[in-house]
Amino acid sequence: MHVEEGSVVAHEPMGSAYRVLTLRLPRVAAQARPGQFVHLRLAMLSDAVLRRPFSIYRVDGDCVSILYKTIGRGTAAMKSIRLGDAMNVLGPLGNGFPLPTADAIALPVLVAGGYGVAPLYFLASRLPRTGLLFAGGATNADILCVECFQALGWDVRLATDDGSLGVRGLVTAPLDAWLGEARREPEFFACGPNGMLRAVGERAVAGGWKGWLSLDRHMGCGVGACLACVQMIRKDGVETLARVCKDGPIFESREVVWEPSEP
Amino acid sequence: MTTPQLGITLAGIRMKNPVMVASGTFGYGPEYADLVDLNRLGAIVVKGISLEPWGGNRTPRLVEVSGGLVNAIGLQNPGVQGFVAKYLPFLRHFDVPVIVNIWGKTAEEYAEVAARLDGTEGIAGLEINISCPNIKAGGSAFGTNLESTARVVGAVRRRTRLPIIPKLAPNVSDIAAFARCCVENGADALSLINSYPAMVIDIESRRPVLANVTGGLSGPAIHPIAVKLVYDAARAVKVPLIAIGGITQAREAIEFMIAGASAVAVGTANFTEPLTALEVVDGITRYLGAHGLASAGELVGTVRL
Ligand SMILES: Cc1cc2nc3c(=O)[nH]c(=O)nc-3n(C[C@H](O)[C@H](O)[C@H](O)COP(=O)(O)OP(=O)(O)OC[C@H]3O[C@@H](n4cnc5c(N)ncnc54)[C@H](O)[C@@H]3O)c2cc1C
Ligand SMILES: Cc1cc2nc3c(=O)[nH]c(=O)nc-3n(C[C@H](O)[C@H](O)[C@H](O)COP(=O)(O)O)c2cc1C
Ligand code: FES
Repeated sequence: MHVEEGSVVAHEPMGSAYRVLTLRLPRVAAQARPGQFVHLRLAMLSDAVLRRPFSIYRVDGDCVSILYKTIGRGTAAMKSIRLGDAMNVLGPLGNGFPLPTADAIALPVLVAGGYGVAPLYFLASRLPRTGLLFAGGATNADILCVECFQALGWDVRLATDDGSLGVRGLVTAPLDAWLGEARREPEFFACGPNGMLRAVGERAVAGGWKGWLSLDRHMGCGVGACLACVQMIRKDGVETLARVCKDGPIFESREVVWEPSEP
Repeated sequence: MTTPQLGITLAGIRMKNPVMVASGTFGYGPEYADLVDLNRLGAIVVKGISLEPWGGNRTPRLVEVSGGLVNAIGLQNPGVQGFVAKYLPFLRHFDVPVIVNIWGKTAEEYAEVAARLDGTEGIAGLEINISCPNIKAGGSAFGTNLESTARVVGAVRRRTRLPIIPKLAPNVSDIAAFARCCVENGADALSLINSYPAMVIDIESRRPVLANVTGGLSGPAIHPIAVKLVYDAARAVKVPLIAIGGITQAREAIEFMIAGASAVAVGTANFTEPLTALEVVDGITRYLGAHGLASAGELVGTVRL
């Protein structure tokens, strides 16, 4: 974990609603593992006291990229970032995905909602083998990186709410279709909205498979100090509050205790 | 020109410099230890500890606003035993005073936590949180009432020999009265301020953003409020003051000292920039040098009216 100043080496739109920001961050790049995130300080938003968390999307040499969507005032202000700007980055943070070995029996099955593909692409690029990606989003604008996964040799299945790309419906539709006829055990790696994570987790538990879920919580410090980002976790039958930023963001499906009110 | 003296002794606690980190914003030490050289801090004030482990509030627990954030963590903590077993051994490796922030639901609970920490190796002092806006029992329910302030501070005083530092609530009409009340009941120093009671509503759903409905505002937005309260308290009591509220750089820390604080603590800014406290130390050193002052103490309470 470092606080590192990095200069912007690329900042480009990806499709109509997303952008990729690439920073030269040798120390963060050297440590980064798939599933970890960086906490960006937004100096251009001078009245902001909190950093913004983003999954690590790519690491190329000493450069780190994130893939982000405009959500509110922070990500809107990020549009003004220019080549050569210096940005203050805290990271890499969090635990990251466990990496299956080349001889693992289960087939890696990635499930992504929207910008949830970001950490999954980093994961795919570091895996010694290929598998399936299920990607979902509201419209075709929210389906990202399909070609990059295909270039790595991954089988990609898509779903959109409006049917503009892939199956019409939730990402669980193509996932369930595949599960119905799958001849190999899956090991899930998922990142996306809570409802999607919960659905993937339920399938993992029901099937007796492993399912690694990357949770999204509003964060303060990002390092485990403020206790803003807690999630109830069950370990060895005991429920405890885990910090998503430090003990997560990746948790195994069986550990997560979903709140009844959560979607 | 000689380097200015930054070291101070506050309520018997020797610190290398007057810049501490505030309770709840720096965890228990290990969280920031990879980023911040803990030995360079004036003191570490750890997250509030109660008699038994406490789960805190539901999420969302924190929301950013212009110039600050509103939090309602709800004092989640591992309890006094958990703290001593899990975190104190780590903190003992460092050469930095550890001040334990304590709270309870009754005066007796506060006193019991204090008694259990009394004589425990590695603790320099106790900060008594009578001002947390985020729990129903205890917290600011004590710190906004003179009688219960006296009861809590007095009860803690009778059960510990450690220096005790009540942490005052900002939302009182007469801070001087609370400052005097604490000192009369045995306080060795005072901390001020805690976060200011606040609320944020989502205008689309018309629901409070925080699960706890209300929370406490911290960060740059509360700094001028804190300066006024420190200035008022400094004129009311002689014990040293630890000023807290919206420090992001040396300038605000120096302002607090001029207003009458002997030391300061950095809170919310740790989230923005973990190295803030160390930058404040360097900034104070530069300021003292540039103004021909030999020590930090020469600055305290020098506001010119
Ligand atoms: C571990 C992790 C990884 C993430 N990875 C990505 C990513 O790869 N790409 C991407 O586009 N987004 C990602 N997000 C979400 C991203 O952090 C938010 O979209 C962003 O913080 C919104 O900031 P804002 O100021 O634009 O929004 P505002 O709504 O104005 O922000 C207000 C506050 O809420 C917080 N906030 C708002 N939405 C979210 C959210 N969904 N998650 C967490 N905090 C939120 C902000 O950080 C800020 O503190 C990730 C979140 C987490 C926790
Ligand atoms: C997330 C968070 C948690 C806090 N927890 C505590 C606590 O446990 N006990 C306490 O006395 N103060 C607590 N505080 C208050 C701070 O110690 C400090 O008094 C306040 O934030 C004002 O300082 P600042 O503006 O520099 O943040 C907390 C503040 C924040 C932001
Ligand atoms: S964001 Fe502070 S503990 Fe997770």
